Amino acid sequence: MAKLRGRGFASVNYPTGMNLGGDPSQALIHATTTGTFVVSLSSVDLGQGIKTIAAQCAAETLGLPMGNVLVDTADTDTGPHCMGTFASRGSHRVGNAVIMAAAEARGVMLEVAAEELEVDAADLETDGSGYIMVRGAQDKRVHVTDLAMAAHFKHGRTISGRGVYLKEPSVPVPETGEMDPDSCQAHACTVAVVEVDDETGVVEVLELFNAYEVGRALNPAMATQQVEGGAWMGVSHALFETTEPYYPLRDHGPRDFSAYLMPGPADIPSQHSVILERPAANGPYGAKGIGEMTANAPIPAIANAIFDACGVRLTSMPFTPESVLRGLDALRMEEPC
Amino acid sequence: MPSQIVSLVVNGERREFIAAPGATLLACLRESLGLIAAKRGCAQGACGTCTVLVEGRPEASCLVPVETVAGASVRTLEGVTAGGELDEVQSAFIDCFATQCGFCTSGMIMVAEALLERNPDPSEDDVIEAVSGNVCRCTGYRPIVIAIMEAARRRRERAVPR
Ligand code: FES
Ligand code: FES
Repeated sequence: MAKLRGRGFASVNYPTGMNLGGDPSQALIHATTTGTFVVSLSSVDLGQGIKTIAAQCAAETLGLPMGNVLVDTADTDTGPHCMGTFASRGSHRVGNAVIMAAAEARGVMLEVAAEELEVDAADLETDGSGYIMVRGAQDKRVHVTDLAMAAHFKHGRTISGRGVYLKEPSVPVPETGEMDPDSCQAHACTVAVVEVDDETGVVEVLELFNAYEVGRALNPAMATQQVEGGAWMGVSHALFETTEPYYPLRDHGPRDFSAYLMPGPADIPSQHSVILERPAANGPYGAKGIGEMTANAPIPAIANAIFDACGVRLTSMPFTPESVLRGLDALRMEEPC
Repeated sequence: MPSQIVSLVVNGERREFIAAPGATLLACLRESLGLIAAKRGCAQGACGTCTVLVEGRPEASCLVPVETVAGASVRTLEGVTAGGELDEVQSAFIDCFATQCGFCTSGMIMVAEALLERNPDPSEDDVIEAVSGNVCRCTGYRPIVIAIMEAARRRRERAVPR
């Protein structure tokens, strides 16, 4: 009886967004009297960080600090339309829509600044700290807070912008089956190191190595956490989550989430992750979506590592101690005595 | 059984409120006292997101009928931020990026506060054991364990007189 160590890898290509008769998201931006740019969205932040990404995209495009941006996702009933948070589409669709809205708002901001400073709008630039200034004449400038005030009370302007990103509908060509279902694809590879106890059948994941090509990591810390949090879900699918088997009777099965098995803090591998960047031409600042894919590659990587460790080839999840032991028994039967 | 007036010392302050029979500590904190850091995740003692300290011990407040702790001292996440300043655990959670959606965070921090109170120099296994009753669906737990180890280190450093 021994603990057998094995290593396996798996790769994944994953589409960003989908296409069900067209896939749009919209964004609206307007400046308040004090120069806060409110980004209105109907896209829901459930922890994946779309509010942060939207704020980053808006600030970058406006040429203003993040502190001047407020993302409001309050109401899907009255806000601009969003298809929803699924298909790893949020950063891509919403990011693009926000960039478009912010570009329009920036145009108006520069026009109003041109009126205020009595210069040509084409000669203006932003410094990223809140000032709009004449290129090459740094002291001819106005702060966005004063500008927004002047826009409201002196010039009678709304500094605002509209944005939409639409992935147009695409249907398969009947002869070839060819179509254009997604916007771009992210790529990843995971290597898993496992230990299989050939007496109990228990599999422990010791280490995961993740390499992700994400287009551009708009927020590297969040991207890395998505990769590692998603890998944890992959381990959970691979080794834990099931309502079977609880024999001899179903009575012992989980009835609610409190008895549904998932890995806890004591069951987690150490993870090593690298992010590779090859910007997508149609992504917001090059970003692709990596929401869902992060749970995928760990599963086949773990199956391959189990095979490497003990020769048992498992093809359905989760890889329970029972399935490992049955596999080991079958291998022993094959062996000549 | 009629409703009754219950008194607690919450975050160092005596508070009185009317509680319906069987009302949980969690419901009273959130609804009667407006302290909404403790969250209602499962309402059956399985997720830990409702954790507060009762007499210094972490308890799942969704399972505690409030009359059974009448008069006790209760500490919630709101009481950790003394004088508007984040403490070591809170700032380590930020610096180590130990939160994603944030739903588990209040419970995780309260468990960490209790641990560091009784063991200022915990091993990684001690930390893992302490947070084992708390579910996180986002982070994969690793950043949380790292943050609590970091908070312990910072607190020990601060305790050393200069
Ligand atoms: S809400 Fe109390 S343990 Fe889940
Ligand atoms: S951060 Fe989302 S549950 Fe822990």
